[in-house]
Amino acid sequence: MSTVNTSMAEETAAPRANTLRSFNVSARFWVALVIVAGVILMSLAGFVYPTGPAEKVGSLYDPPGNGLLMGTDNFGHDVIAVLMAGTRTSLIIGLVAGIVATTIGVGVGLLAGYVGGWFEELLMGVTNVVLAIPAIVVLILISMSLPNSTIWSLAIVIGITSWPWTARAVRAQASSVATREHIDVARLSGVRLPGILLKDVLPYILSYAVMAFVLQVAGAILAEAALSMLGLGPSGVNSLGTQLHWALAFQAVASGAWWAFLPPTLVLTLVSFGFLLLQASLDEVFNPRLRRGKRKQMKQAAARREEEARLLAEQAVAPGAPAGPGAGGTHEHPERSEAGDPV
Amino acid sequence: MKLGRYIARKSIWYLVALVAAVSLNFLLPRLVPGNPVDVIVSNLSRGGSVTSEQQQKVYESYVAEFGLDQPLWQQFFTYLGKVFTGDLGTSFAYYPASVNELVGQALPWSIAIQLPAILVGWILGNIIGAIAAFRGGNWDRSVFTTSLFLSAMPYYCLSIILLYVFAVAVGFFPVGGAYSLGLTPELSISFLWDALSYYWLPFLSLVIVFIGGQAVGMRSMAIYELGGDYVNYARAMGIRDNKITQYIFRNAMLPQITGLALAIGTLVGGALITELVFSYPGVGTLLFNAIAANDYPVIQAITLIITVAVLVANFAVEIVYGIVDPRIRAAQSGEK
Repeated sequence: MSTVNTSMAEETAAPRANTLRSFNVSARFWVALVIVAGVILMSLAGFVYPTGPAEKVGSLYDPPGNGLLMGTDNFGHDVIAVLMAGTRTSLIIGLVAGIVATTIGVGVGLLAGYVGGWFEELLMGVTNVVLAIPAIVVLILISMSLPNSTIWSLAIVIGITSWPWTARAVRAQASSVATREHIDVARLSGVRLPGILLKDVLPYILSYAVMAFVLQVAGAILAEAALSMLGLGPSGVNSLGTQLHWALAFQAVASGAWWAFLPPTLVLTLVSFGFLLLQASLDEVFNPRLRRGKRKQMKQAAARREEEARLLAEQAVAPGAPAGPGAGGTHEHPERSEAGDPV
Repeated sequence: MKLGRYIARKSIWYLVALVAAVSLNFLLPRLVPGNPVDVIVSNLSRGGSVTSEQQQKVYESYVAEFGLDQPLWQQFFTYLGKVFTGDLGTSFAYYPASVNELVGQALPWSIAIQLPAILVGWILGNIIGAIAAFRGGNWDRSVFTTSLFLSAMPYYCLSIILLYVFAVAVGFFPVGGAYSLGLTPELSISFLWDALSYYWLPFLSLVIVFIGGQAVGMRSMAIYELGGDYVNYARAMGIRDNKITQYIFRNAMLPQITGLALAIGTLVGGALITELVFSYPGVGTLLFNAIAANDYPVIQAITLIITVAVLVANFAVEIVYGIVDPRIRAAQSGEK
């Protein structure tokens, strides 16, 4: 009986297909992923690239050609090699700073939102004070005070100055989660505070924390670039910011040496755009209200639901039982994510 | 909560923030290992251009200004007293010049380049964002992606690209600076005309990025409002679309007005690197030179001015919001 076989096949295939569809990633997501992956790959390619970033292969601003795809910079180093090493440094700084900032932000936000009372007032007071002082000012002052900044110290400093907005947004969500019933159940069954925070509250704000992390990484990469261009970058290390710093200091723009400043400029733009696009597309996944303009997908979904309803009706007619309405439609998030802007 | 209590509460928080910021500004440079004066003086002598007599003067003026022979808490009050009487100290790099003078020369350029850029960018960005949200479809998608790209682009990257394309490659604009060599800043037609040709590129680079950011914000606010219950209710009541659009627009505008006020607050420190790229003689270039020369008084003065401007703008926004929207007063029973 072939009909039974096909319907069984459909039944087993259907749930998997549905979860993929409900994840609903847009083309935007794939574009962002390709950009970010491309930049990461490019930074890793530095390991197999034949020339080192500190190897002198020519003189000041040799134009592209002669075996060098992007010519040389002001030190006579191969621009491509410097770019690869610099991108790696920038990504590491972004990653470390993002982890530091998101950990502090989520930690403070969770504690404040869940515990409440004077403790919340205190934590949020501190957060608001830190938030009110412009990060770039603190970054400049701390970087001035560090005699020899390494990429690690710089990353940690950037992370420490950029957690407050994550903390504020996480607190808002955590305090709404804290009033739900399952928290009471956990509390009554004797789970301790860290357990409740990690197992019962954190999962609800995880999607938000991931998005915040993505933005923090992008923000940290740009913050490093800004600091380095002001002359406060990590000493003796290549990064996208220091590469631009030297290009500006040695008049690459005015002398038309585009190969010296354009590559880091473009990579910075791509990194920033890629991460922001990634965040925006994740936001669409987690927050269905933002999904729009996808008439084709909506039509497909409608056709799919109609088809399911028809099948159900057929099945219902055959055994003679009434059919219930198909459970379609998108599930709406109760809260709208309160996204801040770190950049 | 009553308005008076709301304002009092906000004032206290911002006062705390101000004290914290001023303390950081005072303390951090003093955390440099070793005596900061020794470090600075040794840096000066390494440059070679400073005579030992000048060094001695710098040393004495620093000691006198900040009372470095006194205990730290006393130094702090000396510092506070100076700051509140508007005396930002004496520059090391341009020794006899006072910091007030240097900042006073740089600040007008920064304001002249940023204020018009913020205002124009804000107006255009909001219009574009609102149109994208209301029209939807392909229009929305292309506007959103373009705006996202522009707002995601670090503002200094756009500056570098514009400078290269329009000044170096095409030669349409001058390459850098704010006015032609040999001219002195004055309020004459010929000078302003000359300065205008240097003005366009930095202005454009700032405006374009700002338009992108505002359009993204306005679009998402308008879309959020479009899905609001009051819109459905108004539709069900048979209210005309024009009227509903007005409601949506008014509600979506509120956060945008905050954004405008905050942007004006970050005006001093918002485009530090744009000025570097175009060698525009504003606060950014001053800061860059000060960092390169270890000119602590200038650096501290600039960071202080940036902080105070941002704090004042934030404070003003919160107070105005508290007056305009009673729900905010009610909701913010604490500092949440």
